[in-house]
Amino acid sequence: MLGKTLKELSEALNKKEFSSAELTQFYLDRISKYDGEICAYNYINENVINQAKAVDEKRAKGETLPVYAGIPMALKDLIIQKDMPATCSSKILEGFVPPFQGTAAQLLEDAGFLCLGKLSMDEFAMGSSNETAYRKKTRNPWDTSRVPGGSSGGSAASVAAGLTTFALGSDTGGSIRQPASLCGITGMKPTYGRVSRFGLIAFASSLDQIGPMTSNISDNAAILSVIGKYDKKDSTSLNVAQEDYAKYLTGDVKGMKIGVPKEYFAEGIAPDVRECVNKAIKAYEGMGCEIVEISMPHTEYAVATYYIIATAEASSNLGRYDGIRFGFRADADNLKDMFYESRSQGFGDEVKRRIMLGTYVLSAGYYDAYYIKAQKVRTLIKQDFVNAFEKVDAIICPTSPTTAFKAGEKMSDPLQMYLSDINTISLNLYGGCGLSMPCGFGADGMPVGVQLLGKYFDEGRLYNLAYAFEQQAKLPVMPEKLK
Amino acid sequence: MSQTVSKKDVLHIATLARLKFDDEQAERFTNDLNNILGYIDKLNELNTDNIEPTSHALDIYTVTRPDKAEASLSNEDAIRNAPQSENGMFRVPKVIE
Repeated sequence: MLGKTLKELSEALNKKEFSSAELTQFYLDRISKYDGEICAYNYINENVINQAKAVDEKRAKGETLPVYAGIPMALKDLIIQKDMPATCSSKILEGFVPPFQGTAAQLLEDAGFLCLGKLSMDEFAMGSSNETAYRKKTRNPWDTSRVPGGSSGGSAASVAAGLTTFALGSDTGGSIRQPASLCGITGMKPTYGRVSRFGLIAFASSLDQIGPMTSNISDNAAILSVIGKYDKKDSTSLNVAQEDYAKYLTGDVKGMKIGVPKEYFAEGIAPDVRECVNKAIKAYEGMGCEIVEISMPHTEYAVATYYIIATAEASSNLGRYDGIRFGFRADADNLKDMFYESRSQGFGDEVKRRIMLGTYVLSAGYYDAYYIKAQKVRTLIKQDFVNAFEKVDAIICPTSPTTAFKAGEKMSDPLQMYLSDINTISLNLYGGCGLSMPCGFGADGMPVGVQLLGKYFDEGRLYNLAYAFEQQAKLPVMPEKLK
Repeated sequence: MSQTVSKKDVLHIATLARLKFDDEQAERFTNDLNNILGYIDKLNELNTDNIEPTSHALDIYTVTRPDKAEASLSNEDAIRNAPQSENGMFRVPKVIE
């Protein structure tokens, strides 16, 4: 059952090659076998096997079923699935069971998918290694002494290890693409407003976006076709038509112009990463693409801009965790102490660091110097993309400056950790779409990812470019020892 | 914008954010924030006098809908996650001495 696309799984279920219960049990067995070491799951849905059996009964009766009926999948633990715990890998949300359904989960359910469980992540999606998670610090399936990346580390690792068919993640500054790169899978950050954020627990509202994390391009396109839908419950969701991205996957990319921004190949990029990405660029040239050198001069300011805007928004969004309505409450004699104690005991250090930074840049006297300044630089960064897309159809660059690093390596230096997102952050400030896909292996044998960036609502083009490369490169998508 | 934060500043910001730090934590956070703010100072290399700020990537407009009640959570569902509740309300420690 491993290695089949969603389309193939759907066909096999329809032909009764295996049942949904068998498929679901197959993944549950793999989770019991491997997740002790990988630590991807925060929560496993014990009811999923009964849900699978119910689908099998309907199928046996010949009922008309949605296309993906009975296929199991998993969600990052900040995406709301009704009646299933949602913790954001934080102590402050332990015990929270959402009483409402999120839109992405609902759309997947409507398409027939079953939810295996919820996947670990950096606490409140703040981190690049999954090490800020309160409980499950996910490890990289290719080498469990290394991190899976973050913040959607559990999502990336579960897909790479075959502990789910696919997963949803979320991307605020690279949190889908960087872990996808480090775990050797495909992750898409859709255009801001493509996927509803209703039921996505907020980190930085002007940057957050849900996206699919998959083991191949066609699955990724299939899932975005399901969840990329206007939703009136999210006022930042954009009212553009839902698309069937499968129709873009022709593999014909002749004549497309691909920009290579020199700033994304700066000195911090490891030589082996650079080499793999350059090979991918050569491959595109061989397929008839025109490779164009471009410059995006404000790239070096993106990390600084991001850490003002994202922390400002986070400090405001995380104000809701007060111990009153949901989650963790510390014992205290009065209301004021209850706020201080619940928040101080409930949040981890990285979350506190960002709340502090965000509160500072928004506080009286510093608002203009930091927050407004960052918003102005955001305009310049956005302009870099607008200018680039006047010359080229898509941009290509490394996703992460290095392959997966060792657990513990960057935890003592927050700034170094922030800089691991240097190539992914700008895109969120611009709001366009971007995907990371595997393009080879580094000197350490770990996967290397290449990133394709596109203009607003140009996911179809990126999928076709990625598909063309995937068909040619035919890279292994899962560690041999886990097959 | 070249100012750095003191431990006293950090304790003040912590109060605004309803966070509490002991002495060792306050030292550490002061150090971390200064490192990050030092890096952020990079933005001052850019002249942004005539640049409009961007608060949102894509053009969006205020979304309205008719002022008509729609289905919402029941009281029971809304209160279900409360650490403490009583008579369908959120219970908190006393506010007035």
